[in-house]
Amino acid sequence: MTEPLLSVRDLVVEFPTRRGVLRALDGVSFDIAPGEVLGMVGESGAGKSITGAAIIGLIEPPGRIVSGEVRLAGERIDNLPPEAMRRIRGKRIGMVFQDPLTSLNPLYTVARQLVETIRAHLDMSEKEARAHAVGLLDRVGIPAAARRIDDYPHHFSGGMRQRVVIALALAAEPELVIADEPTTALDVSVQSQIIDVLKEICAERGAAVMLITHDMGVIAETADRVAVLYAGRMAEIGPVSDVILKARHPYTSGLMASIPTLVQNTDRLVQIPGTMPRLNAIPSGCAFNLRCEHAFDKCMTDRPPLLDVAPRHAAACWLVEEETQNDG
Amino acid sequence: MTDSFLKVEGLTRHFDVSKPWLNRVIEREEKSFLTATDAVSFEIRKGETFALVGESGSGKSTIAKMIVGLLAPSGGTIEIAGHRIGPDHPEAIRAVRQRMQMIFQDPFASLNPRWRVGDIIAEPMRTFGLLSGSDVTKEVARLLEVVGLSASDQGKFPHEFSGGQRQRIAIARALSSKPEFIVCDEPTSALDVSVQAQILNLMRDLQDEFGLTYLLISHDLSVVRHMANRIGVLYLGRLVEVADSKRLFTEPQHPYTRMLLDAVPDLALSGRRRKPVTGEIPNPINPPSGCAFHPRCPIAVDRCKVEIPAQRATPTGTAACHLVDDVEKVSAG
Repeated sequence: MTEPLLSVRDLVVEFPTRRGVLRALDGVSFDIAPGEVLGMVGESGAGKSITGAAIIGLIEPPGRIVSGEVRLAGERIDNLPPEAMRRIRGKRIGMVFQDPLTSLNPLYTVARQLVETIRAHLDMSEKEARAHAVGLLDRVGIPAAARRIDDYPHHFSGGMRQRVVIALALAAEPELVIADEPTTALDVSVQSQIIDVLKEICAERGAAVMLITHDMGVIAETADRVAVLYAGRMAEIGPVSDVILKARHPYTSGLMASIPTLVQNTDRLVQIPGTMPRLNAIPSGCAFNLRCEHAFDKCMTDRPPLLDVAPRHAAACWLVEEETQNDG
Repeated sequence: MTDSFLKVEGLTRHFDVSKPWLNRVIEREEKSFLTATDAVSFEIRKGETFALVGESGSGKSTIAKMIVGLLAPSGGTIEIAGHRIGPDHPEAIRAVRQRMQMIFQDPFASLNPRWRVGDIIAEPMRTFGLLSGSDVTKEVARLLEVVGLSASDQGKFPHEFSGGQRQRIAIARALSSKPEFIVCDEPTSALDVSVQAQILNLMRDLQDEFGLTYLLISHDLSVVRHMANRIGVLYLGRLVEVADSKRLFTEPQHPYTRMLLDAVPDLALSGRRRKPVTGEIPNPINPPSGCAFHPRCPIAVDRCKVEIPAQRATPTGTAACHLVDDVEKVSAG
């Protein structure tokens, strides 16, 4: 296997509050290979966005990375001084956020924002940068890019704005793009266009993508592998088809079954009882034990590590261990 | 059709989006209007779930607001349980208000943060004078249990609940005036999928138990397919297709419906190839002439540019497309 582009090991992020320390991420580990699309799913508060923020060093204080490490192409980046991190951000790691209206500056034309970003990271003259910017806008599917580049963000529709943001994220030809809910604010017909653009352009440039979303449909269409987070912990990780069709963690399988589809005919959706625990009330043992119909004694006391169920597919569930023992 | 509970005909709503008077004079501009809903007609039968789907700006929520009386229509008629609703018929509004309720999208905004849950749920009963004194408390406790919360939650404030629980409170409030008809405007869009499943199941159970009629507004086609008996597809304020729920997905008639279905990500990993979707929903202030969908339509002909298509009968319902009979042939060939 090639060396991973991004490697996250035992990442722990904590937020001290008046009522005690909240652990938003608890021992999360994963790799992203060069050119790979890793989907990251989970419910609100599961730690998806925090994972993205931790990688690019944008955790809001007082939150902080308590332990663990993040490596980009073998080099540790979680303990870099802010100045060095700023050079990586934008240059080697590009970012696409959920709301295209807030990630663009409304007072500057698109041209100015793109040229500024390009010139901050690449050695180009104003003119070259502008030509590069037009090329990027054209590539992300903005019609009449050479003319539209001098428009302000509010001249663009939501979908077009998100295309501009993608162009901005890719301006410095990063190795990794972190896309945090890139299509959540968009309509389905536009969503599919944006996903296609993101996927194509990253594939073409060999950029890896970490796609954070709560929409399993988007993951199923886009990602190579998917990681499922629950209450700040990794519940399951593996190739998309394995996780969707052969989920081993009861949370993942419950989640999949609870999504209405366009083909199935069921009278009732499968529902997981209860809700994800708040960060100050995570039960001991497995975080999912109170909602799990298969939970047994060990789940109440010991926290399950990620256990391999197949090559590249692992689930943090004691049932996996039980079954392997029974088989052997 | 017998047993129609709600009948909407030619429902239209314009919004004045003109610049201020002085700007108009200086810049020599006319007044401009946005047509949010343009001559929409449909019927909802008693006990069924009728869904309206469409992208943002297609007029879904405007229709919902006009039906419950939060917005006055610019044209057309609304008839609920035989009563014509409108500014000319104030007594009709009073007669049907109690029989309908609404559930909103954002349970963080739709519950008053300063009121206790018990008061929130009791408000409709008190307003309509259905119950008084200790009966109210008893009824609120019962409703809380009906929606899967505990009777002891009455004294709490909305901020003590999660999004899904708040939506349950909103449902309990909607049930408290014993309505027959509930307008649900994106009831699960703000919720996580596992919570969405709980709320959708609850809505189904309540429908069976109380014989409710739902108007479900959503942009999520899979939710709509799961919940609805019949579906209306909106595009730029016009109803482009109405069909039985399951058949809309297997035999879509209108080209826009086809495009919308193609855009939904496939969770089943069936390897279905999506047709790339082209274009975006146009500006509703200046909609395209003729059929509003013609600039994006793969099969549009000259006639589509000039003439607004009327609803015509299809094997699955109705569709507003000049070519609806030819759609099958064109897509097959």
